[in-house]
Amino acid sequence: MITIQVNGSPRQIDLEPDTPLLWVLRDVIGLTGTKFGCGIAQCGACTVHIDGKPMRSCSVPIGALNGAKVTTIEGLSPDNSHPVQRAWIAEDVPQCGYCQSGQIMAAAAFLKEFPSPTDADIDANITNICRCGTYERLRRAIHRAADMMKA
Amino acid sequence: MHGTHVTPTVSRRHFILTAATAAGGFMIGIGAPRAAHAGTVPAQPWNDDNGYAPNEIDAWIAIDPDDSILIRYQRSEMGQGSMTALPMMITEELQCDWSKVRIEYASANRNIREKKVYGAMFSHGSQSVRASQKMMQQVGASARERLIAAAAARWNVPASECSAAQSVVTHKPSGQSLRYGELAADAAKITLSAEPAIKTPAQFTFIPRPLPRVDVVHKTDGSAKFGMDAQVPGMVFAAITACPVPGGKLKSVDESVLAGAPGILKVVKLDNAVAVVATDTYWRAKRALSRLQPEWDTGEAGKVDSEQLSKMYRAALDEPMQTARNDGNVDQAFSGGAKTFEAIYETPYLSHSPMEPMNATVNLQPDRLDVWVGTQDAGEALEAAAKASGLQPEQVYVHNGFIGGGFGRRDANDEVKQAIAIAKAVQRPVKLVWTREEDTRQDKFRPHAVVAFKAATGPDGLPTAWSMRVVTSSILASVGVKLPPGKIEPQTVAGLADNGYNVPNMRVQSLVKNTHLPVWFWRAPGVNQHTFAIESFLDEMAVANGIDPYQMRRKLLANKPDWLKVLDAAAEKGDWGKPLPQGSGRGIAICTDCDSLCAEVAEVTVKPDGQVKVNRVTVALDTRYMVNPLTIAEQAEGSVIYNLSAALYGKITIKDGAAVQGNFDTYRMVRLAEAPKIDVYLMPSGGKVWGGAGEPATPPIAAAVANAIFAATGKRLRSLPISDHDLSSGSA
Ligand code: FES
Ligand code: FES
Repeated sequence: MITIQVNGSPRQIDLEPDTPLLWVLRDVIGLTGTKFGCGIAQCGACTVHIDGKPMRSCSVPIGALNGAKVTTIEGLSPDNSHPVQRAWIAEDVPQCGYCQSGQIMAAAAFLKEFPSPTDADIDANITNICRCGTYERLRRAIHRAADMMKA
Repeated sequence: MHGTHVTPTVSRRHFILTAATAAGGFMIGIGAPRAAHAGTVPAQPWNDDNGYAPNEIDAWIAIDPDDSILIRYQRSEMGQGSMTALPMMITEELQCDWSKVRIEYASANRNIREKKVYGAMFSHGSQSVRASQKMMQQVGASARERLIAAAAARWNVPASECSAAQSVVTHKPSGQSLRYGELAADAAKITLSAEPAIKTPAQFTFIPRPLPRVDVVHKTDGSAKFGMDAQVPGMVFAAITACPVPGGKLKSVDESVLAGAPGILKVVKLDNAVAVVATDTYWRAKRALSRLQPEWDTGEAGKVDSEQLSKMYRAALDEPMQTARNDGNVDQAFSGGAKTFEAIYETPYLSHSPMEPMNATVNLQPDRLDVWVGTQDAGEALEAAAKASGLQPEQVYVHNGFIGGGFGRRDANDEVKQAIAIAKAVQRPVKLVWTREEDTRQDKFRPHAVVAFKAATGPDGLPTAWSMRVVTSSILASVGVKLPPGKIEPQTVAGLADNGYNVPNMRVQSLVKNTHLPVWFWRAPGVNQHTFAIESFLDEMAVANGIDPYQMRRKLLANKPDWLKVLDAAAEKGDWGKPLPQGSGRGIAICTDCDSLCAEVAEVTVKPDGQVKVNRVTVALDTRYMVNPLTIAEQAEGSVIYNLSAALYGKITIKDGAAVQGNFDTYRMVRLAEAPKIDVYLMPSGGKVWGGAGEPATPPIAAAVANAIFAATGKRLRSLPISDHDLSSGSA
């Protein structure tokens, strides 16, 4: 039995320790905001925060997570009010939207480390795939979120 | 400055021009989370009540006593924004308050029951807006007139003295007014003696307008429900692998390796696939599947590889072909002894690779089937599900979700049929999910094509004769549509036969050579397939004859003002002709697609090690009319990135009859660091037809980049992807 905190609530998970966190979130807990895109840590659609760090949950076995605090897109803010979410809405970033939970979680963690990011910082650290090609607006939204966080 | 720019046209009298901001974005939606004036859609976009709601005026519109308005949307929202645009067109005519509009998917089941009241439900060919425009306007206008008639009857005055605005009907002479919510029940009972006329674009007051898309707020908090997110009580999870060689069959599979494995419900054998069903997580099913070693019967197809196919296509270039276009006398013009050019271009198979892998969830009961799936055609999905289940179409309910990317892939229903077959075997609700590898390898690919050009140029350096011959495979054959004999398949010559150039002698021909690999519509299918070739070859002629490639196009398009306008805009805004550092270059390309026009200029740097960086792309796009310029600009940006991935890296290689590439580590995508800055200039020119927006900005980028690489390095690329070529300095 493994205990993890998901968005503030303790969860007891009775599954083999090599089960990736992604499927625990989606299929066991029913939090479907975290998405499956590749399963091999390539695309970032499954990004969540584990103890504050952005991680690709398709490639994190739950066995390593006993006692860990997990934040998913559903727990980023109670009302879509995180500066990254507000910036995303203001820039109308999502198209199909399937990659965007992961993009937002990646950006939220990134901005904690880089509160005043340059384009080069963004290039080096935001590596999630967006098949709809929302990169132009996504970049603007990251800068906008950084400004909002400072204001 | 980067972002979106709109050129208002004279017919856009009421267009609310939204200036591009310094940051380049539209000045909208600021002050998030949500502008108060916005229409909405629930996070779960489908209707659980079989497609009906209280207070309906008709199948499209319901108005509650508190004035909130439900508008049904019959197409598919996959990020292209038509879930916002179509209700905007209804709103234009209905004269209702957009802030009170809520949207849901129309029910495909109700469409069957009520004689196709929603018409066609598909989203492909960039048709959602343009093919619905008249219908949407009519729906809105009819409802408005019925609301007015209801008010006129209540007041006992002529309807002609009443008018509607912002969800209120007013009788000017008496100053009386009634809200739509007070009139809806009466309006529902009124039948008009004749359908009202719809507005001309010059009469529009609400559109075009850059409004934030209604689905966006649910796509920032994880609440948007995709097909992948369906949850049905008692559901089990299935992973599948189909024969890697299309057309092959399952010979045998040894299930004993899974004997006693916990949580495994069943191994399901299908004719051409094997699936594993697990009780608790998809992961368990997927992992168990990877332990099976199915044997396949692949026949002769199992010996085919890419090299063979390429040789076969090239050899077929000399065979007799069907002719799509034959102007003047090409052969005679060639014998005139002018300067001639010849080149062969080749483009590979491509996978669609939408971000959301294919999936379907089904609940099959004796007298009812529910299907949750992101589909580009809920109507077709319903028919396919009825057939596969043996139920009547009236017994089938398709719940379309938000779609995690379509690009043409999501209307073949192979995943739906598989899920139903598995549900039959396990007698439980089933969620079937494809792995990324399955999604890539079991795609129906963008066709492989070889194009042979021959051209002659005159003393002025312009082409006088031009022959284009294509060998490719037939999408319609994969779809199962038979063309009448003698009719040429349009996609085999798209982007070539419809080129805008004024060349007196021009012949465009094609030959279909089908292989065992199914091919399908990919974003801007044939146009995308061929624009790289024709626009690169034109560049070859221009450069060899000492003519600037942009000026060459200008001369050949001199009699086409609409083409010239987008070409000039792209060149001007893209800084055509301005100096660039050593190792950098600009390329230009233009096409028509879906009745729209698009020109693009790419600015590229090739590093000494051969790495290509596309720095900047300028897009000039004429969609003739616009509903929501914001989503059109987004589609243009997305189109550029989509085809840039293909141009730089995209290639499905065939070995032993099967696709080699699987996941994103082998089928590479452009990421943010590689994404160019993109400027979009929207310049709707009006006219008789509405152009599409989801696809036309896709084709030009490959040629624009290849031409820019030539300008930077002197290397002419005659095949894609670009990553196949050694561009390092010093290489040949
Ligand atoms: S699904 Fe985890 S990185 Fe792609
Ligand atoms: S918005 Fe569709 S994949 Fe990113």
